[in-house]
Amino acid sequence: MTISANDFRELRLDRIGRSFGVQNALAEVSFSVARGEFVALLGPSGCGKSTALNCIAGLLGLSSGAIWLDDRRIDTLKPEDRGFGMVFQNYALFPHLSVRRNVGFGLEMQRRAKAEVERRIDEALAVVRLADQGDKLPGQLSGGQQQRVAIARAIAVEPPVVLMDEPLSNLDAKLRLEMRAEIRRIHRLIGSATIYVTHDQEEALSLADRIVVLRDGRVRQIGTPEELYRRPQSADVAEFMGFRNALPGRFVRRQGETVEVECAFGGLIRGRLVGAESGSDLTVAIRPADLTPRPEGPIVGRVTSLEYRGEAHFGQAVAGDGTDLFFRSKTLVAIGEEVRFGAPEDRVLVYERR
Amino acid sequence: MADPVPAERPSLRRVLAERDVDAVTLLIVPAAAFVIGMFVYPFLYGLVLSFTPKEGGLLGNYVAFFSDPYMYGTIWLTLRLALPVTLINLLISVPIAMRVRHMKRQRILTTVLVLPITLGTVLIAEGLLNYLGPQGWMNRALITFGMIERPIRLIHNYWGVVLSLVITGFPFTFLLTLSMISGIDPALEQAAATLGARARQRFSRIVLPLIVPGLAVTFCLAFVDAFSVFPSAVMLGAPAGETRVISIAAAQAAFEKYDYSYASAIAMIMTVIQFGFVGLVLALRGLFYKGPALGGKG
Repeated sequence: MTISANDFRELRLDRIGRSFGVQNALAEVSFSVARGEFVALLGPSGCGKSTALNCIAGLLGLSSGAIWLDDRRIDTLKPEDRGFGMVFQNYALFPHLSVRRNVGFGLEMQRRAKAEVERRIDEALAVVRLADQGDKLPGQLSGGQQQRVAIARAIAVEPPVVLMDEPLSNLDAKLRLEMRAEIRRIHRLIGSATIYVTHDQEEALSLADRIVVLRDGRVRQIGTPEELYRRPQSADVAEFMGFRNALPGRFVRRQGETVEVECAFGGLIRGRLVGAESGSDLTVAIRPADLTPRPEGPIVGRVTSLEYRGEAHFGQAVAGDGTDLFFRSKTLVAIGEEVRFGAPEDRVLVYERR
Repeated sequence: MADPVPAERPSLRRVLAERDVDAVTLLIVPAAAFVIGMFVYPFLYGLVLSFTPKEGGLLGNYVAFFSDPYMYGTIWLTLRLALPVTLINLLISVPIAMRVRHMKRQRILTTVLVLPITLGTVLIAEGLLNYLGPQGWMNRALITFGMIERPIRLIHNYWGVVLSLVITGFPFTFLLTLSMISGIDPALEQAAATLGARARQRFSRIVLPLIVPGLAVTFCLAFVDAFSVFPSAVMLGAPAGETRVISIAAAQAAFEKYDYSYASAIAMIMTVIQFGFVGLVLALRGLFYKGPALGGKG
């Protein structure tokens, strides 16, 4: 029983969990992916994102919950009966088979007619722009080409869902950017649902229609890249989305969404409160790029290191109580200098500290 | 006509360095001396000896061997033991290794399986002599359960030797097979599964082709081992009859007739047959993929 791409609307994960012994690798994870949608599972290593992908593929069984493809429950099916395409982190190309036989493997397993198999191999190789490499063995290809073969192999069977497990992590920086665009292009072209696992927030932001942030095996936030970038719902998601500065502070005053916080080591800073409640202990989250030297800035730190990155200097400073500060500076500051830092009010997020 | 520019002769040190020869290379001297003294020299000595028969010309020994059915028949008797035993060991190693590779307590099992190697063939042959004999557990158990009426003969014949060779050869074959199968990236089979391949197809299309080259080498090693069977053929077999293997013929020539030249010739014939099979199997191996069993840049 194989699933064809056309008769499906959405893949739904219903509170799935997976434990290894006493350890919960995944707990109460629910989200759905519509046809044609690109969803990224984002989280630090060990957050359960690969476990989730393996559960969807059927390579790991569930400890709890269910997976539905429309109104059909599929979590009890074996991987070979789910018909999903999967791209593995190390590509997992069959080393003894030519590129063509690799790409055609799934089609042969479906016992398609020979002519159709060959035609669809040609199509899949054309999609990944490897039409002239078909007779080589995987070992004769470069990393980027192997990556393309792995994608071609996964999409050749026209699966309803394509699963990708950190597919770019073994490529160098330049190739990674190229393949990122390729993956986006291929996704649009074949119109299946794609679930993409990554720990790289930039990759997730640039590729996905929606991002599922996982941490400790639980869903922390689901949203569009823009929502996640602008308004992470909790301090730890914020930290993962690039708000490297997490400064402790005390509640002073509130005006609508804007709160005034007294920093533990300096003056008053204003930001937007995320989440309805506000206790007295707060965390102020600021991206390094938004924290810049300002004469009237409320945060005081001594510069400990500087890194030149072309458009500006990025540096690290240490505040009076030992908290690390990460800042950006257009002007040159000296190491060891005491500097006042500040950030625009709309770029400062304030969370209740737990 | 101008003289060509004389090329500067590279120094000896540089020539050696380019071939990776340096002082460390000297460390192979003891090993090389050992191999030459204990293997190459005796082998060549035996080869020369085999061409100096007690009677007849240069090839006298070989002519004598191949004109006496009692002698050349040993080749067939040996192959009749060695080939099936090697194949049986390979055929039972592969499925067991497929199961065992995912086990958590692999080490315990491996230890148990390695034990027969450490015991040595003679001890195992003695044990089997008792166990499989007419009054042994095996026969008594079978009689008790009413499966047979009188003891079946399992020793002093072909089957006794086969059983003992399987028992002593299996651990070796199994360990080699296990390490080959464990060397296959599990992601390859997972990938095949997501592409719709069932367990049987994953084995035949992915695992088997990747281990065939290793199986060929394992076959060669196990075959050579079984082909030179001696103790169990004497103790558990019928050394004058159906298990009169070629090594028995050689031993008799050397130690009963004191004809070392003839014994050497028989040993040379053994060598040629073993080389023949090994060469054949390795040639067939050349038809398969032999690279690493990994799915990509890892």
